[in-house]
Amino acid sequence: MSSDTTREPRIAAGGPGPMGGGPRGLRGVVEKPKDFWGTTKRLVRYLKPQTAKLMVVFALAIASTAFAVYGPKISGNAVNQLMNGFVAKSIVSGISKAQEQSVPQIQQMLQQMQSAEDAAVTQAQAAAKQGIDQQFSAKFPGVPLENIPGYTAALAGAQAKAADTARSTVEKTFLDAAKLTPAQFTAMQQFVVLPLVSSITDNNKKADTVLTIINLGKALPMMGQQQTINVSQTDLDRGIADIRDNGGTIPLPAIGKTLLFLLIVYLLSALLTFVMQYIMSDVAQKTTYAMRRELDYKLAALPLRYYDMHSNGEILSRMTNDMDTIATTLQQGLTQVIVAVFQILGYIYMMLTISGKLTLVTLATLPLYILTTALIARKSQSFYRAQQLHLGRLSSHAEEMYTGHNVVKAFGHEQDAITTFEGINNELYRAGWKAQFMSGVMFPLMNFISNLGYVFIAVLGGVYVTRNLLNLGDITAFIQYSRSFSMPIIQTASIANVIQSTMACAERVFTVLDEPEEQLDADDAIVLAEPRGAIKFDHVAFSYRPTEPLIGDMNLDVKQGDTVAIVGPTGAGKTTLVNLLMRFYDIQGGAITFDDVETRRMRRGSLRTMFGMVLQDTWLFNGTIRENIAYGRDDATEEEIVAAAKAAHADHFIRSLPEGYDTILNEEASNISAGQKQLLTIARVVLANPTVLILDEATSSVDTRTEVRIQKAMANLMAGRTSFVIAHRLSTIRDAHHILVMNHGSIVEQGTHKELLAQHGFYADLYNSQFMGAAIT
Amino acid sequence: MRNLFKIYRNLKQFTVLIIVGVALMYLSVRANLELPTLMSNIVDKGIIAGDSGYIWKEGGIMLLVSAAGGICAVLASLMASRSALGLGKVLRAKIFTHVENFSLHEFDKFGASTLLTRTTNDVVQIQTSTVLFLTMIANALFTSVGAAFLAYAADPRLTRILYVALPVIAVAIVVVMRLVIPLFGLVQTEIDKITKVVRENLTGIRVIRAFNRIDHEKARFDKANADVTNTYISVNRIMAGLMPLMMLVMNGVTIAIIWFGSERIATGDLTLGPMLAFMQYALQILISILMLTMLFIQLPRSVAASDRIMAVLKTHPEITDPAEARQIDSERGHVAFQDVGFSYDGGEEAALCNVSFEARPGETTAIIGSTGSGKTTLVSLIPRFYDVGSGKVLVDGVDVRELAQEDLRHRIGFVPQKAVLFTGTVADNIRYGKDDATDMEVAHAADVAQATEFITTLPDGYATMLSEGGLNLSGGQKQRLAMARALVRRPEIYIFDDSFSALDFKTDANLRAALKKETRDATVIIVAQRVGSIMNADRIIVLDDGKLAGIGTHKELMKTCEVYREIVYSQLSEEELA
Repeated sequence: MSSDTTREPRIAAGGPGPMGGGPRGLRGVVEKPKDFWGTTKRLVRYLKPQTAKLMVVFALAIASTAFAVYGPKISGNAVNQLMNGFVAKSIVSGISKAQEQSVPQIQQMLQQMQSAEDAAVTQAQAAAKQGIDQQFSAKFPGVPLENIPGYTAALAGAQAKAADTARSTVEKTFLDAAKLTPAQFTAMQQFVVLPLVSSITDNNKKADTVLTIINLGKALPMMGQQQTINVSQTDLDRGIADIRDNGGTIPLPAIGKTLLFLLIVYLLSALLTFVMQYIMSDVAQKTTYAMRRELDYKLAALPLRYYDMHSNGEILSRMTNDMDTIATTLQQGLTQVIVAVFQILGYIYMMLTISGKLTLVTLATLPLYILTTALIARKSQSFYRAQQLHLGRLSSHAEEMYTGHNVVKAFGHEQDAITTFEGINNELYRAGWKAQFMSGVMFPLMNFISNLGYVFIAVLGGVYVTRNLLNLGDITAFIQYSRSFSMPIIQTASIANVIQSTMACAERVFTVLDEPEEQLDADDAIVLAEPRGAIKFDHVAFSYRPTEPLIGDMNLDVKQGDTVAIVGPTGAGKTTLVNLLMRFYDIQGGAITFDDVETRRMRRGSLRTMFGMVLQDTWLFNGTIRENIAYGRDDATEEEIVAAAKAAHADHFIRSLPEGYDTILNEEASNISAGQKQLLTIARVVLANPTVLILDEATSSVDTRTEVRIQKAMANLMAGRTSFVIAHRLSTIRDAHHILVMNHGSIVEQGTHKELLAQHGFYADLYNSQFMGAAIT
Repeated sequence: MRNLFKIYRNLKQFTVLIIVGVALMYLSVRANLELPTLMSNIVDKGIIAGDSGYIWKEGGIMLLVSAAGGICAVLASLMASRSALGLGKVLRAKIFTHVENFSLHEFDKFGASTLLTRTTNDVVQIQTSTVLFLTMIANALFTSVGAAFLAYAADPRLTRILYVALPVIAVAIVVVMRLVIPLFGLVQTEIDKITKVVRENLTGIRVIRAFNRIDHEKARFDKANADVTNTYISVNRIMAGLMPLMMLVMNGVTIAIIWFGSERIATGDLTLGPMLAFMQYALQILISILMLTMLFIQLPRSVAASDRIMAVLKTHPEITDPAEARQIDSERGHVAFQDVGFSYDGGEEAALCNVSFEARPGETTAIIGSTGSGKTTLVSLIPRFYDVGSGKVLVDGVDVRELAQEDLRHRIGFVPQKAVLFTGTVADNIRYGKDDATDMEVAHAADVAQATEFITTLPDGYATMLSEGGLNLSGGQKQRLAMARALVRRPEIYIFDDSFSALDFKTDANLRAALKKETRDATVIIVAQRVGSIMNADRIIVLDDGKLAGIGTHKELMKTCEVYREIVYSQLSEEELA
C-alpha cells in the first residue's frame, strides 16, 4: 500500500480550476486554521516583493469597479433621457390631439353663444328702445324723438344696459347648461386663441404654450385627454425641459451621446479589469513560485529525523495540494475580495446619493443574508464532513479489497466485501445527497431575500415619488443598485470560506517551514584531502526518541580495508548504523571518527561523498541510464561511465536495450528489472569511487543469473575498501573481519565468526537455526 | 459519449424523481420569468401613480411568486441531489460487485489503483456533472428558451441584436477554450513534473544526501517550478481576458438595446415598458448561455469518466462456476498438474508450458526458480485464480474447472507473497480464514504461526486494531498473521507463496518445526527463494522460464538438474552443501 496515494480523494465539486464558476467556498468542507490572523499576516509578507504591482492592481481594481458601478447610473441617464423624450413626446402629441379635438368644439360653442347673445341683445335693445321711446314721447309729445335733448344718451344707456343684461343672462344660462364657472369660461376663451402646438416651430414658444395649456388645463377638468399628462411634477418639468430642448421628440442624438459615453466607460472598465487580472496572475504565480521554492529548499535542509516522522504522501501533499490551493486563492480570491469590497462600497455610495433612508432599508437585508448563509453553511458543513468521512471509508475499504483481491478470492470473502461496501455506500449516499441539497438551497434563498428587499424599496419608493421627494429615474436606478448589491455580498461570504481553507493550507506549509533544520556546517569544517577509511565508534550513544534509549555505549574499531558484516533479524536497527555513519542523524554522546577526525567536525557533504551506498531499495531517478550512473559525479566522461558500467557487470544489459545508455528510466523504473536496477546503483557507486562502502546485499527479488553478476560486481567493488555489509549470506558473514550482531536496535555481540560461535550466544543461535530450518522441511 | 448514455441508463429507477425535478425546475424558471413583469408593473402602475396599496398588492404577489419559484427550485435541487447521488451509489455498488467477481485475470488487466480511481473519483465526477445537468443546465436551458420567447414577444425586431451577440459570445468562448485547454493540459503535466521531482526527492532522500547532490536537486526543482509558474501565468493571462470580454458583450447588448429601442420608440413602434422588459430577458438569455458553456467544460470530463467506468463494467469475468458443480468424495488434498500450459494476456511467451506433477497429502512439494520463472503463476492455478490455457489442474481427481469456486477454495489455505491484512482486529484477521473459529482455534493458529509472542505484546492483544492493513506491524509479523489466517482453516492443501522471506532465521526455523506437525496430513506446496529452506522437501520442482527443469529430491536434482545446481551454487558455499 503506497503511502503516497491520497486517502481521501477531494470531492470534485465547484471546479477549483481557474475557470472556477460558482461560489466555490460554499461547497465542500471548510477547514479552519488555528491561528487565522497570524497565518494571514505571514502569507501577506510573501506578497511584499510584489508590492508595486499589487498597488497597481489595487488602483486598477478601484478604477474598474468605479466604472462598473458608475455604468448603471449612465445607462439610467440614457433611459431617463429616453423616458423624458417619451414623456415630452406624449405631452406634445396629447396636447396637440386635445387642441385638434376641443378647439373646434369650443369655437362652435362660443359661436352659438355669440349668436344667441346677438339675438338677445337685439331683442333687448329693441325692447329698451321701445321703453325709452314711450318715455320720451310721453314727456314731449309730438316732438320728434331725435330732437329731444338727452334722448340719444338715454337710449344708448338703456340699450347698453339691456344688452349687458341680455348678454350676461345668455351667458349665465349657457354656463348653467354646460356647468362651467366663469373662470373656466375665460380659460376656454384663452385656450381657443392659442396656436396649435404641433404647428409651433420655436421650441421655447412650444414649451410655453404647452405650459400655458397645461395650466389652463388645470382649470378645465372637462378636457379629458389632458389627464394623461398629469404625471408627477418632476417628470412634467423634465418633459417640458425636453420640449424646450428637443421640441417633444425622442432626443436620439443626445441618447446616442450618452450611450457612447457608456460604451467608453464599459470598455475602460473591461480593459482595466483585464489589465488587473493580467498583472495579478504575475503577482500570484511569482509569490507561489517563491513559496514553493522556499518549501523545497526547506525540505532539503530538514534532518532525516523529520522524514521518519512524516509520510511521503503527507509531505508531498504540502507541496502539491496545499500550494495549489494557495496559488488559486491568490490568483482569484485576492482580486475577488478587492473587487467585491469596492463594489459594496460603490453601491452603497451610489445608493446614498439617491436616498439615505432607502439605503438603510437595503442595508437592513444584510443581516438576513449573513444569517441565512451562516445557518445553511453550518448545516451543510456537517453533511459535507460526513460525506468526506464516508467517502474516505469507502475508498479505503475498496483499496484494501482491491489490493488484497487474491486473498479475498482465496478465502471466498467476496460477498462480505460487497456487503460492507454497500453499507458504507448507503451511508455515503445519505450524507451526500443532503450535502448536495444544502448547497442547492442557498441560491433560491438569497434570491428570495433580494426580492423581499425589492418590495420594501418599491413600497417606500412609491411613497417618496408621490411626495415628490424622488423621481422615477432615481427609483429605478436605486432598485438596480440594491439588486446588484446582493451579488458581492454572496461572493464575499463564499470567499471568506475559501480564504479560511487557504489559511489552513498555508498554516500547514508554514509548520513545515518552521521545522528545525539540520545544523549548518561550521565555517572551519574539515574536508579530508586523502581519506583512507579508518572508522572508529567511541562510546557512542544514540536514540531516535529521548524516551527510548537505543544505543548506550557502542565501541567499534574498523581499520582501512576491513569488511564489517552486520547481521540480525529485520528491524534490528541495521539502518541506524548507516544513519549514524553518514551523519543523517547526529549522535548524542561519544564520537565517531573517520581517519581519526571526528565526523561532527567535518563538512557534511564531503563526509557523505566518502561513502558509497548500494541499498536493497534501489533509487534511480526519471532520466537516462547515463545520467543515473553519472549521478555521483557530474564531470564523468563517457569512457568513465562505460568503465563503471562494465565493472558493475551492467554494460552488457545496457547495450542490449534499444536505446542503450540513452534509455530513459520511466517513473517506476519498471522498464528494467529489479536486478538490473541494482546493477545500475552499483555502477553509480563504482563511478563515484567512494572510500567506504555501505552495502545491503539482499537480492531476494533478483533472478539467479543476475544475482551471480551482482555478487561479482560487489566483490569487485569491495576489494581494498572499508565496507559495511548488511549481510544475508553466510559466506559474506564468515569472511568478514568483523561481525556486528544487532537485535532490538543495539549491538548485542561482535567479533569474528569463530569467536561468536564460541560464545554460544545470539549469533550461534541464529547461525544454527539457519541450518535447522533447512533440516526440518 | 455512448458510454455516458449507457451510464445514464442506470438513472431509470429515478425516472419519477427526475421528471418531477425537471418539472419543478421548469416551474421555478417560469416563476422567475414572471418576476420582471411584476417588477415593471410595480414601477409603472404603483410607483409612478404613488399607489401604495397597489405596490403592496403587487409586491405581495411578487413575493409569493418568488417564494413559489424558490420552493420549486429547492425541491428540484432535492430531486436532482437524490437522483444524481443515487446514480453514484448505484454505479459504485455495480462497479465494486463487478470487480469482486473478477478473476485475477481481469483484475490484472486494470490493476488495483486504477480500479480504485474508477470506483471513487470517476463516479464522483459523473455524480457532479449529473447534478449540474439536472439543475444549472436544465435551469439555463429553460431560462434561455423561455426568455427568448418573452423577448420575442416584447419586440421581435430587437431580437436581432441577440443574433449578433450570441455568436460573438460563442466564438469568444470557443477561441478562449481552444487557447486555454491545451495550456491546462500543459499545466497539469508540469504540475505532475513538480510532483515527480518532489516525490523522487522524498523517496531518494538518503541517496541524494549520500551523493551530496542537494544543489543539483534544487536546480531540477527550480526548473520545474519556473516552468509551471510561467505556464500558469500565460494561462491566467488569457483567462484574464475572458471575464471582461463577457461583461463587455453583455453591457454592449444593453447599450444596443437602449439605442435601437430608442429608435423604435421614436418612430412610435415601441413603448418604454416592453423595451425595459426586453432588456431583462436578453440579459437572462446571455447569462444562461454562459451557464450552458459549463456543459462543454463538464461533458468531456464526464465522457472520459464514463469510458473508464464502462470499460470495467464491460469486462466479464471469464471464470464462472460450472452449471453443475462436481463434488469431491474420496481423496483429500491430492493436487495434480497434467500437461499444464498457461500464458497471460498480452504475454508473448507462455508463462507455463507442459507442466506436470503431483503433490500428495502428507508431503511437502517445493517450487524453486529464478524471478519470472512462473512459480507464483503455477500456484495461482490451484485455487483457480486463472484458468489453464491447456492441460488440466486436478484437485482430488476433479478438474478445478468442474468444481464450485467456493468449494475448491475452501479446501485451500493460501498464504500470498505479499502479506495482505485488512482493517480490523488481529483476531478478525485470523478469523478471516474461518468465520466461526473459536478463540481456542484462533489462538492455536497464532501459536503455530509463531505469532503469539508478538500478539501478546500488542497493546490490546488479539483485540488490537490493525490500521490500514497492518501499517503498525513489521513485514515478518504480517507474514505470520497471514499464515495463521490460512492455518485456522485447517485446509487440505497449503500454499505458501514465498511467505517466509521477511522472517528471521530463528522464527523461520521454529515456524517450520511447528508447521511440520500441523500439516502432517495435508498437502503442502511451498514457493521458495532460498535453497537452504527447502533442501529437505519431499519433492522439489525446478522451474525455468515457465518450463519444468526438473523434479526430485535435493540429492537427485544436484545430480540431474543443471538449473538447480546453478541456483544452489549462487546461494550456498561448498561447505554449506557438505
